[in-house]
Amino acid sequence: MQTSGRQATAAPTAAPLAIELRGISKAFGPVQANKDISIEVAKGSIHGIIGENGAGKSTLMSILYGFYKADAGEIYISGNLTPIPDSQSAIRAGIGMVFQHFKLVQNFTVLENVILGAEGGAMLRGAMAKARETLTNLAREYELDIDPDAVVEDLSVGHQQRLEILKALYRQADILILDEPTGVLTPAEADQLFRILNGLKDQGKTVILITHKLREIMEITDTVSVMRRGQMTATIKTADTSPEELAELMVGRKVLLSVDKRPATPGDMVLEVENLRVRDEAGVERLKGVSLTIRAGEILGIAGVAGNGQSELLEVLGGIARGTGTVRLNGQEIALTAAADGQTRRARGIAHVPEDRQHLGLIMDFTAWENVAFGYHHAPEYQKSALFMDNDAIRADAASKMERYDVRPPIPTLAAKNFSGGNQQKIVVAREMDRNPNLLLVGQPTRGVDIGAIEFIHKQIIALRDAGKAVLLVSVELDEIMSLSDRIAVMFDGEIMGERDPATTDERELGLLMAGVVK
Amino acid sequence: MDFATLIQILDSTVRLATPLLFACLAGLFSERAGVFDIGLEGKMLAAAFLSAAVAALTGSVWLGVLAGIFASLLLSGIHGLAAITFRGNQLISGVAINFLASGLTVLLGQKWFGLGGRTPSLTDGGRFEPITLPFADAIAPLPIIGPIYAELISGHSILVYLAIACVPASAWVLYRTRFGLRLRAVGENPAAVDTAGVSVTGIRYAAVAICGVLCGLAGAYLALGLAAGFGKEMTAGRGFIALAALIFAKWRPWYALGATMLFGFLEAVGNRFPSIDLGLFAIPSQFVQALPYIITVVILAGFIGKARPPRAGGEPYVKER
Repeated sequence: MQTSGRQATAAPTAAPLAIELRGISKAFGPVQANKDISIEVAKGSIHGIIGENGAGKSTLMSILYGFYKADAGEIYISGNLTPIPDSQSAIRAGIGMVFQHFKLVQNFTVLENVILGAEGGAMLRGAMAKARETLTNLAREYELDIDPDAVVEDLSVGHQQRLEILKALYRQADILILDEPTGVLTPAEADQLFRILNGLKDQGKTVILITHKLREIMEITDTVSVMRRGQMTATIKTADTSPEELAELMVGRKVLLSVDKRPATPGDMVLEVENLRVRDEAGVERLKGVSLTIRAGEILGIAGVAGNGQSELLEVLGGIARGTGTVRLNGQEIALTAAADGQTRRARGIAHVPEDRQHLGLIMDFTAWENVAFGYHHAPEYQKSALFMDNDAIRADAASKMERYDVRPPIPTLAAKNFSGGNQQKIVVAREMDRNPNLLLVGQPTRGVDIGAIEFIHKQIIALRDAGKAVLLVSVELDEIMSLSDRIAVMFDGEIMGERDPATTDERELGLLMAGVVK
Repeated sequence: MDFATLIQILDSTVRLATPLLFACLAGLFSERAGVFDIGLEGKMLAAAFLSAAVAALTGSVWLGVLAGIFASLLLSGIHGLAAITFRGNQLISGVAINFLASGLTVLLGQKWFGLGGRTPSLTDGGRFEPITLPFADAIAPLPIIGPIYAELISGHSILVYLAIACVPASAWVLYRTRFGLRLRAVGENPAAVDTAGVSVTGIRYAAVAICGVLCGLAGAYLALGLAAGFGKEMTAGRGFIALAALIFAKWRPWYALGATMLFGFLEAVGNRFPSIDLGLFAIPSQFVQALPYIITVVILAGFIGKARPPRAGGEPYVKER
């Protein structure tokens, strides 16, 4: 490995180690998730672990937290060999973990969630009183204010994460592992989290931050370890590296981080949305009168924290959900109620790359060629006669699309579930983009997609725009919105808070709009 | 309807509600822990049979109760094994238990006693006798309070009082103890319990075992308290009505008391007034007897509004990758 020389010199010399892993290996069936991984984490530092999806970061941390048993290898905590067969042992060893998907009981109070598993006696009364006092002290010490009697489902995501950190601290964790902590946070909440983490570090705690976001690594960590395909490829002092170098280490080749695109040349009006309203099953209004326009040759990016109506916007335009209001495509009104479905939308030239590709974009157990045909299975070139489909033609078409959209492996007979996240997304993108739609709806195009594939998908979206098509891009990744969009609209609580020009705005301004603070 | 009739109906309500209450609380513990149990019916039936059989053979009502609990626990164990350890489908397992109990009770009953699936009628000592509470005779002559105390409150078998005592006990366990906290958590989000270092499997088995014991008491009361012996299919859907009551009660102990009393009342009314004459026309007896079941359907159709079941209910816990 090219960086192995640096690895030896990079480790801080005298600092005592909080954690040392030696030769950790773990396989799930034929998949080697972790291969002979060794890593040293200095006490009182913030250590980043970065890698693409499926690189084995989460598996490694789950081994450290006793969720999985390693096939081989040793764990040293503060210099002592510490076997961790279960989570109880990890907690005893002073390790706390904040999972990507919070492990909270939604209808319990904050206090109940904190004491769960650490009640300290068979009766709750005493434990609750003690926990309340400890929680108050912790909150003061680390600036983690939270109402102990609030019910979790009423808390914001940021506060739920705080609660997870408090849970770990209540169990006297000295080592805190956070798995992709900022995925669900607004930029302001993320900044606050980083302040908290720095505070923990100042108190002598050790923090391990797992992420795939280069920016976060650069911003907050002292040391960073890079993982690729189950192996640790490098451990470097953050100050000595650059995002470009880390990206290259993650992917194994040079990656273009910024998107290369010419200025937009907007043409005729393609999509006009006026006063669009949507109610969900419970009768709650999710879109509260959204209006927007997109011209040909233009990408409108919708920024916002997940759950502020972006999904509903995509679903109504894609014909999956119903709503009220006016939507015109190339000047002609399209149905929003009874007659709406994905089929009629496609007939009008609206292609949809849905946010949730595993549920809406693909049938995971079906083959790639079947998935390539879905939604367009009535296309005349797929028919042999009035009754029968021409499967050979579909397979040939799928093979050609998979080739052109760089789906790996390019085998049409493989089931969708056997492709990696990035390649699954490429299958959906190939199906939707290759028919030259007038309007492309695309939600979270690179969620769970590795850096190499992100680059490719971004290029395809730009290419479609340059071919004079309109694109509506919804993403929770602000970087993606900033680099792809020609205009940015920010959604909060079912409304468009404002529109900004990506050239003149910044993350701070967008973040305030996303939080609903300014309008 | 005069006062004496009302007291009689309410008295009968309490007795008829008792097996429902036991079964409802049984289901409550299981479902609050995330294990759905439509096998309440089968467990009750098996418990009723074995308790009646043992009571008939030994002449001891308490040995009968123990045997009933044993039978129910055995089926609970099967359900736990299928639903928790082998992560099977909880509905299928419950249905299988119902079929198993329905067939096995008749088969064994015929083999042991040769009475066409029934057990011999229980005589003194083999079944529960009513308990007369202190001062019942002294208070009885008083107006209003007298009949309420002497007939409605006094004069039930010990299991009736036990069932009612189980309500505050259950509420206390669920909301005041560590075990209760963990049990409720396991039914909502087992991953939270698992990451807290507590065994999900252990808590769920404990819940299923409690369910077994309470179902055993329900069955034993049917055969040894309400009736005097076991009759083929004597549970008559009470396990399912208990499930309906559980939903009606929104999985809470005190509400469970109210819900099962309502169903008990409907059954008591059905028994007391085979047909109700409204002057212009008479409500036929079939309708009155079907009333509890009709109400069940209405309740389950969402008449009561949103009853939110435990979030992790019905799903085996698998650690995510």
